[in-house]
Amino acid sequence: MAVKVSYFSKAKVFTLLVLFLTFFSVNVRAQEHEVGAVEPIEHPVKEAKFNAGKMILEHIADAHEWHVAGNFTIPLPCIIYSQEKGLDVFMSSQFLPHHEEKRAYGDYLMEEGKVKLENGGKLYDFSITKNVLSLLVSGAMLLLVFLTVARSYKTRSGKAPKGLQSMLEPIILFVRDDIAKPTIGPKYNRFMPLLLTIFFFIFFGNLLGLIPVFPGGANLTGNVAITGFLAVIVLGVVTFIANKHYWGHIIAMPGVPKWVLIILTPIEILGFVLRPFVLMVRLFANITAGHIISLAFYSLIFIFGAKSAVAGYGVSIVSIMFTVFMFAMELLVAFLQAFVFTLLTAIYFGSAIEEPAHH
Amino acid sequence: MGLITPEIGLLFWMFVTFGIVFFILAKFAWKPIMKSLSEREDSIAEALDKAEEAKKQMANLKADNEKLLAQARSEREAILREAKEMKESIIAQAKSSADTEGKKMIASAKENIEREKSAAIADLKNQVAAYSIEIAEKLIRKKLESNKEQDELVNKAINDFHLN
Repeated sequence: MAVKVSYFSKAKVFTLLVLFLTFFSVNVRAQEHEVGAVEPIEHPVKEAKFNAGKMILEHIADAHEWHVAGNFTIPLPCIIYSQEKGLDVFMSSQFLPHHEEKRAYGDYLMEEGKVKLENGGKLYDFSITKNVLSLLVSGAMLLLVFLTVARSYKTRSGKAPKGLQSMLEPIILFVRDDIAKPTIGPKYNRFMPLLLTIFFFIFFGNLLGLIPVFPGGANLTGNVAITGFLAVIVLGVVTFIANKHYWGHIIAMPGVPKWVLIILTPIEILGFVLRPFVLMVRLFANITAGHIISLAFYSLIFIFGAKSAVAGYGVSIVSIMFTVFMFAMELLVAFLQAFVFTLLTAIYFGSAIEEPAHH
Repeated sequence: MGLITPEIGLLFWMFVTFGIVFFILAKFAWKPIMKSLSEREDSIAEALDKAEEAKKQMANLKADNEKLLAQARSEREAILREAKEMKESIIAQAKSSADTEGKKMIASAKENIEREKSAAIADLKNQVAAYSIEIAEKLIRKKLESNKEQDELVNKAINDFHLN
């Protein structure tokens, strides 16, 4: 029992540390924006005042560079393919700095965080963007963490879990016993690797998005490409594994008059596609919304600060209190959304392989 | 609209990364983890079953012991009771046989005594008779030393005969 208590207190300390870092770093970031607000002395035309909407959208969108703190920005490699120019690989630092009116490099142009051809031609952007790097980091973390855990299962086989293993085992068991088993039934074991990968990919991605400093803070799981990809995998697997019973229910629901099928079949087919679509949107919207709300509270400080310093400091207290609350919420949401996505996926799988009941 | 338009680059990298992560984890992490988890659960369940069985066996053993003990106790009591009965019966028997033997002995002793007494009495009678005859002879001899007295006695005896 004593071990458990100390573990929880460690977790608490860690949470506090993360929270502290959040404020610290977001404040640094905010200060940088404040600097941006002072900057108009040099560039009076462009950034006249702090634009909360723009800042928030920039934060939650993808970028070709990773802004860390102050003027320190990590440039990321651009990998561009276009029919006229072929494959081009270069660092995003080749583009002219942020405050230039036109951020150009050769025939390429950086506009609203996106690389474009100057002549407006079509290109395919395979760059290692902020989200891609974050994706690689979370992938590496997943590999590191779970290969370590798997090793400790081998070396400590038959013994009680310890360390990282004992921290993650309850979650693994949760996915198995509370998500997969009740929804899929006895054949759950077949889907465990995919469900666990999806769960921990989303969970780690969400948590990484909550850490405000590099390499966290990217809006990975709040990106529609990521959630869409996961949803497509789910759809693909369901299409692949679905049995006759499942297809039968979609195409011609048994026990229903023929004329009703005219209405019911299109609805069922729509539902077949809609279910993964909803999975995609739910995760994307939840995570993005969380990021937007937190940033909006911070933006309040600078909106009021632009009016008067006193108001800015006054609002900052309230804002920080709200953000603490939001951060706690987001920690919950990080787990909850991973849980919900995995649970619905498991239900979806379960319904696809369900054997016909006796009716 | 940039937010809800999936970008091909990110999709591509997601495909690559997720694919690699999934296959590596599935083969080298999830498989051994799930396997050892279920193995551990099985062994725990087995151990619990065994413990339950052992408990049952213990209970059985205990019940058997109790039964044996009770049996032994009742046997002991029975033996004790039997021994006590036997003792009492032996004592009683001894008492009764001693009684009859004593009586018999007393009876035979009495008989002997009676016999000896009658023999002694008979002997005494004989001796007394012999002595009396001797004395009487001596007396008569003394008295009949004179003829007169002899006549007197014969007369008297003849008188006595007559009288009879």
